[in-house]
Amino acid sequence: MAKIIVVTSGKGGVGKTTTSAAIGTGLALKGKKTAIIDFDVGLRNLDLVMNCERRVVYDFVNVINEEATLNQALIKDKRTEGLFILPASQTRDKDALTQEGVQRVLNELAETFDYIVCDSPAGIEKGAHMAMYFADVAIIVTNPEVSSVRDSDRILGILQSKTMRAETGGEPIEEYLLLTRYSPERVEKGEMLSVEDVEDILAIQLLGIIPESKTVLKASNQGVPVILDDESIAGQAYEDAVNRLLGEEVEHRFLTVAKKGFLKRMFGGNQ
Amino acid sequence: MTKTEDTIEELKNNTIPNREEFKPANEQNGGNLQSKASLNNSQPPSGPTFNLKGSQLTLMVLELHEFHFDRFNQQMTQATQRAPNFFQQTPVVLSLEKLSNPNENIDFIDLSQLCQEYGLYPVAIKGGSEEHQLAAIVAGLPRIPASKNRESLTPQKQDSSQNKETKSLSTKAPVDTATLSAISQTVTRPVRSGQQIYAQGGDLIVLAPVSAGAEVLADGNIHVYGPLRGRALAGVKGNSNARIFCHSLEAELISIAGHYKVSEDLRSQPLWKQPMQARLDSKHLIIEKI
Ligand SMILES: Nc1ncnc2c1ncn2[C@@H]1O[C@H](COP(=O)(O)OP(=O)(O)OP(=O)(O)O)[C@@H](O)[C@H]1O
Ligand SMILES: [Mg+2]
Repeated sequence: MAKIIVVTSGKGGVGKTTTSAAIGTGLALKGKKTAIIDFDVGLRNLDLVMNCERRVVYDFVNVINEEATLNQALIKDKRTEGLFILPASQTRDKDALTQEGVQRVLNELAETFDYIVCDSPAGIEKGAHMAMYFADVAIIVTNPEVSSVRDSDRILGILQSKTMRAETGGEPIEEYLLLTRYSPERVEKGEMLSVEDVEDILAIQLLGIIPESKTVLKASNQGVPVILDDESIAGQAYEDAVNRLLGEEVEHRFLTVAKKGFLKRMFGGNQ
Repeated sequence: MTKTEDTIEELKNNTIPNREEFKPANEQNGGNLQSKASLNNSQPPSGPTFNLKGSQLTLMVLELHEFHFDRFNQQMTQATQRAPNFFQQTPVVLSLEKLSNPNENIDFIDLSQLCQEYGLYPVAIKGGSEEHQLAAIVAGLPRIPASKNRESLTPQKQDSSQNKETKSLSTKAPVDTATLSAISQTVTRPVRSGQQIYAQGGDLIVLAPVSAGAEVLADGNIHVYGPLRGRALAGVKGNSNARIFCHSLEAELISIAGHYKVSEDLRSQPLWKQPMQARLDSKHLIIEKI
């Protein structure tokens, strides 16, 4: 039975798509057959980050409307074995996502996949609801700033009520915090919230801290998930996060201000 | 079935009501009745006979899924058996937003009378179609528009899902949660921004943080064994003996029986970010060490 992971945030532009691409690729690298679904209907960009936009024939909405089969719409990743992308439609709006349709597609994927990663759109509207509704695991992507943390808190509340597990009284969804675009220097200067601040407010398990790094933008412009860039500390941090997701205990590398000197060197080397 | 939600009748633009305006539901009703009486008695013209004030009340919401007289009656009987005095002249808003058939014809006169037999007094409908609105007007019930986005975020459902522990002690019917909470309600998970939890008829115990943007309410005391960053309103039906306790005072607002302090006032307190209790001393909200 596949595990369904939703990557969500409430606030836009915090790094959900970057994270979905990285975590999905990371899971596939670990030998897990993984599909990444773009729920951002109308604003698709997962296919750009995954560099498969030129191979899109059918999309998620086509499958929901039974205009195409799942196999026709799934795009096999060229770099990573066992990784597939289900792109979003650029021409429809999010009302095209019906609960029954989404469920049918997820059930079909669950027959053959180990992990299904759902890249949620921003906001708390229909697309975000559909992306989270059937999830087993939620990765809450948060930037270390007050508005992002507030939105994450809100999303956590919605996860507790507007999901299948909540509505049927099943086991609660596993919730993980992924702090992205973290800059220890700016935390030091008091311009950003610290890991402790964010953990204190959200009170959920920390899956990882992804440092702010120019390699992320470079990678997505080139259509390479940043996790494949061994040189990038953001890529390494994503790798750690994947290992933790799979149950390994990995020390947080970018957690404390005490390690700042070390981080600075790392940053210096990578920007 | 019964959920609560703050019903906002905004005649003024401020979201946080003024001290005088912030009255518990009971008192507010009393106020309305008085003004009606003065109108009828046609007193000599000496000053205004009433004042219209915007206010924010906490009302119970009855979320109707369908209206079938016998089954409704049966569920009500069951609900009230456990706590015979559970509803005592409790005003309630009939929400039609969760009707399984949104076009169902509802006899609001029947429904109203039936509710009243159990001590629930419908004061308005919420949501529903134009037909519902017309039928409700005939039954003397005005319509409050359906909440849009806020609705999907506010707590109605969360309320019960927050209380898995409580709920699993009893059967599945949501009414049981309500009945249990008549004594006290315990919440073990964080209360998140946008969520609202109301412990009707008793105390609310939260064993986790209450986030900024969240709201906890109780007819009795509120205990937060964690930081209180959102809004906490104890004694919402006017119990001035109610208290609020928390491990760290970081609240947006605390209120006891309608007497409140907002974050701006609270920040200057020596106990800001410290453990504290709040109580009422002849209408003054006292914040002190525990
Ligand atoms: N760790 C990081 N360091 C630097 N830049 C980053 C990092 N993570 C994401 N970004 C950049 O932030 C921008 C937004 O990222 P992304 O598209 O993944 O966010 P999103 O949450 O999916 O946005 P949307 O809400 O619009 O779907 C991109 O330009 C991306 O390159
Ligand atoms: Mg995105």
